[in-house]
Amino acid sequence: MIENVRELLKAHEGIKREVYLDTENSSIVPQGVIEAMLPYYNQRAYGNPTLTHKPGWEALETIMECTQKIANFLGCKALEEVNFTPGETEANNLALMGTAFSMRSKGKKIVISEIEPINIIHVTDMLQKYGFSTTKIPVDEEGFLKLERLKEAVDKETILASFSIVNNEIGTIEPIKEALEIVKDRNPEAIFHVEASDAYGKISFNVENLNVDLATVSSYKILGPRGIGALYVREGVNVERILEGQIGTQKLWPGVENTPLIVGFAKASELAFQSFNDNVNYMRRLRDKLLSGITERVPDVRLNGPRSEKRAPDNLNVSFLKCEGEALTIELSLSGVYVSSGSACSRRLLQPSHVLVAIGRRFEEAHGSILMKVTRYHTEEDINYVLEVIPKAVQRIRGITGSTGVEG
Amino acid sequence: MSRIPLPYNPKVLELFRNPKNLGKMEDATVTAVAGNPACGDMITFYLKINEQEVIEKASFESYGCAANIATSSIVTEMIKGMKLEDAWKVSWKSVTEAVGGLPSVKFHCGILAVGALKRAIRKYYKDRGATPNWLPEEHSFEEKQALEEEELARVLSRRMKLAEGK
Repeated sequence: MIENVRELLKAHEGIKREVYLDTENSSIVPQGVIEAMLPYYNQRAYGNPTLTHKPGWEALETIMECTQKIANFLGCKALEEVNFTPGETEANNLALMGTAFSMRSKGKKIVISEIEPINIIHVTDMLQKYGFSTTKIPVDEEGFLKLERLKEAVDKETILASFSIVNNEIGTIEPIKEALEIVKDRNPEAIFHVEASDAYGKISFNVENLNVDLATVSSYKILGPRGIGALYVREGVNVERILEGQIGTQKLWPGVENTPLIVGFAKASELAFQSFNDNVNYMRRLRDKLLSGITERVPDVRLNGPRSEKRAPDNLNVSFLKCEGEALTIELSLSGVYVSSGSACSRRLLQPSHVLVAIGRRFEEAHGSILMKVTRYHTEEDINYVLEVIPKAVQRIRGITGSTGVEG
Repeated sequence: MSRIPLPYNPKVLELFRNPKNLGKMEDATVTAVAGNPACGDMITFYLKINEQEVIEKASFESYGCAANIATSSIVTEMIKGMKLEDAWKVSWKSVTEAVGGLPSVKFHCGILAVGALKRAIRKYYKDRGATPNWLPEEHSFEEKQALEEEELARVLSRRMKLAEGK
């Protein structure tokens, strides 16, 4: 198997340029972030922050400083509201399971949307085995929550509502404030969680102003290292631990604190939030250039998600009709353009992206979808190169499709 | 909804990059389709068959992943010059072997390709009102799988239409 992988990599030799647009699934960590992290592996603060020696106190100081920075960017009242976890998957598991456990005597109903990420949907599926039930609120064709349906779904039995501020696949900026008001109006005791991984560093929001109870953020989605994320827990909100072990500075997650990753997360946050407006405008300009370039050069393209200011500035998701997505990702990769697809081709008869299905895309549209996210590190030249490569790649894959499926 | 690594082998990659016998055949004796775009997986085969029941030419078009393209292409290579009776004996396992193996989640691509081939052979005889004694009445494994996949596509599409109405 490894020989196959090596041959696949060899097939990429001689590519002119590489443009990584798959920040949804993993990211390139900027050198500045790595340099900030490195001293914490072997020069300072390598101790356990709960122990009584200098490297331990250094770690404690470092973690508190980093927590302070992230708490400021999120708009927290207190440091204790930021809880580090090994990533957004873990933070979402903690938010949902931890709330279900702590609220289990008050009710069994959970409300999410149809387009939440897998690490939300699968947790609610699992909780069903323990007597909790989940209502998935539908969305319109741009991915906006149907608020009237939310009104119908929430009652006194509802213990938890969880929605993404920004949808990770199609970039829809949800009416979170309205959703929260509906939930709290129907049941003031219900806990309101937001998945903020695609909002943090991309759109302006503040947990205090939004008045949410829980919020998940992720490091790699803002170009920090993988393996670290955080759950904001409003002071006074009770979330139970879902893992047990040695508890240290992180009351909701056992185990030794990973100081270098926390430093990297804080550094990546600083870089995202310094000149925030410039960053956001820059991403939006590149994303818009990518979108208009694709629609000018390639026929039969559909944009998935909203076209307005109600879309995250980095997100682009388009469907190429009569062009299967997995084949297209390989073709693009061979030219150095790295993207992902909502195609289902990696499993027999599997549904394509549930998000695209929920916004009413036909399956054949979903199978031809490509997700791209631009960052502040991409250049005009990168986008020009992508616009040179995509039309050729789509044309070749469509050439293989030929008339297949036309009459069918 | 899990993701699986897909370390395609060099043969699959080569057939993906430079597929053999690609394209519609204008003078095909028989054409057959298997799969459904809703499944992200669909193949059309074009066969030119002479009076001795030998496949003189075969070509394909495919809407699908790299494994789908590679297996379709290799089937057209394998059956060229074969008598229909021998082409019927081509199994999805031999197709998978011929492309140097596939990740197990991609076995269905080879199955669908052979399903389309067997449909084409069946159609050839049906069009002529003939039934050779070697052609089983009952659907082969690959044909059944193709039917199952197409049925599922219909069910899923219907479910989606229902969902739109709600």
